[in-house]
Amino acid sequence: MSFWLAIIVGVLYSAGIYMMMRRSVVKLIIGLALLSHAANLLIFTGAGIVREKAPIISKFQETVSNNADPLPQALVLTAIVISFGVLAFALVLTHRAVESVGTDDLDQMKETDT
Amino acid sequence: MSHIIILPILIPLITAAVSLLGWKKRIYQKNMGVVGAFLLLVVAVYLLMHVYRNGIIAVQMGSWIAPFGITLVCDLFSAIMVLLAAIIAFATILYSCFTVDKDRESFGYYPLMHLMMMGICGAFLTGDIFNLYVWFEVLLISSFVLLVLGGEKQQMEGAIKYVTLNLLSSTFFLVAVGILYGLLGTLNMADLAIKIKTISEPGLITLVSVLFLMAFGIKAAIFPMFFWLPASYHTPPVAVSAVFAGLLTKVGVYALIRVFTLIFIQDTEVTHSLILGIAAFTMVTGVLGAAAQNEFRRILSFHIISQIGYMIMGLGLFTKAALAGSVFYIIHHIIVKSNLFLVSGFAHKVKGSFHLSKLGDMYRDHPYVSIVFLVSALSLAGLPPLSGFFAKFILIKSALEVGQYGIVVVALIVGLLTLFSMTKIWQEVFWKKMEGSKPVLSSVSGFALSGMFIPMVWLALMTVCIGFGAQFVFGLSLQTAEQLMDPTSYVAAVLQSQQ
Repeated sequence: MSFWLAIIVGVLYSAGIYMMMRRSVVKLIIGLALLSHAANLLIFTGAGIVREKAPIISKFQETVSNNADPLPQALVLTAIVISFGVLAFALVLTHRAVESVGTDDLDQMKETDT
Repeated sequence: MSHIIILPILIPLITAAVSLLGWKKRIYQKNMGVVGAFLLLVVAVYLLMHVYRNGIIAVQMGSWIAPFGITLVCDLFSAIMVLLAAIIAFATILYSCFTVDKDRESFGYYPLMHLMMMGICGAFLTGDIFNLYVWFEVLLISSFVLLVLGGEKQQMEGAIKYVTLNLLSSTFFLVAVGILYGLLGTLNMADLAIKIKTISEPGLITLVSVLFLMAFGIKAAIFPMFFWLPASYHTPPVAVSAVFAGLLTKVGVYALIRVFTLIFIQDTEVTHSLILGIAAFTMVTGVLGAAAQNEFRRILSFHIISQIGYMIMGLGLFTKAALAGSVFYIIHHIIVKSNLFLVSGFAHKVKGSFHLSKLGDMYRDHPYVSIVFLVSALSLAGLPPLSGFFAKFILIKSALEVGQYGIVVVALIVGLLTLFSMTKIWQEVFWKKMEGSKPVLSSVSGFALSGMFIPMVWLALMTVCIGFGAQFVFGLSLQTAEQLMDPTSYVAAVLQSQQ
């Protein structure tokens, strides 16, 4: 299972980077979204996947063994919320940028470069 | 008493919340902004004094004991950074009162400024690496909005580059944190410092450390990942540029120094040599980029990059004296660089341009502002007896001590080129006789100009004071470096403060 998830993470990364290299601003945003998904999936996979063992421990049990770790899921949840907010901002920003520059071609947006 | 550590986060938050209550009252928001910044300054001074006297303090949020809950830690380094942030916040918010236009003010300029300060202070004070990520995002999202507030075309273009590359760096950071957690099963930085010694695959740790280097490196604008900075820093209002220039990249430098002194110290041959090499390239490219520019704020933006090189040079050398040099350099740089941006705003206000070719006659018209500029610029270039001289002196001396002659040569040449850039600005803006017709500037009142002048003089005086009180500041930096080089006291403070 981890193996396939690792492959998916890799595919997401390459797709995200590829989209970011495109000239259209909208594809840039899609690329960013894919990258954040890849990161979330990587955290989820990297912390170890445990099947059917929820992290609920009975009163009498003294040690924890092989239970799933709830923390990575909390991390992913936080990261999802943050990336959602930031992406919403980025979308509005690109919309405004396209309106004021008059093109969605990133190669044309070089007035502020050197 | 250790709960004072929460105040630098709470004060900006409360200030922002209270100002947002009066959304339509511009004057009210302005006043709240100044009051909040002043309170932050008072608390930051007190915090530094407290840490200086009583050692590192740590607080467990929600009383969850150390490796499980979220920890706030304040050692000398954090306290110094919080104080610097508060100084810059106060100076620029005062400056904003006289420069920022009504449109920006009525769209929540001051609350945003304070939310960003909350993110910055949080990043300096947290003792948990995932929490650091969250604070980064808090300060980033506020800085995004501050950058585009006003909605000019240039701002939009600059913001796209700024937003994209900073989001990319956040993704790297998140991935690095995830892998680190997968390897070690903890996120508390003090706990990480202990557990990392027991790891069986040192190669993986080095890999993760390089991911951290990239994530923080983009934020700190090190070579070759700095391109977002000169493309965006000259677009927003000057007060915003000044805060960004003073503080945001330094949050990246702070994070670099923190993780590469506390956590990733088992393979210094690879990581710290890499940092030293990057430092040299950062210095050179930054200063050469500046030499090619003809716009006031772009020159200053490129100089930020070259100065970042000096700061991480101390980290790359990784001796006590070199780290002290880095800390000293950060103290000096934040104050000087913000002040130079404030001067550029003054020149823009009275002469109506940022382009060197369209500026001139500043020395004749405003001699006192010229002196402020000269003090800051010469300090940046490293002329004695100003603060920059001592910062560079300590760094170069410590590099000579460990026999890294290459970096010494680079640092000295870059210092000289910095002087060249600063004299170029001086020549063009202050001494040159202005050609053509004078711009009509009926809108600038003498009151506003003197209001802008106050924070500039204040920061310039601080530069001079750091220069003349170099012994005290160096002592403080050396003590900070001692704490950084020997993390045992940091670890002990975090893991034993069970409240």
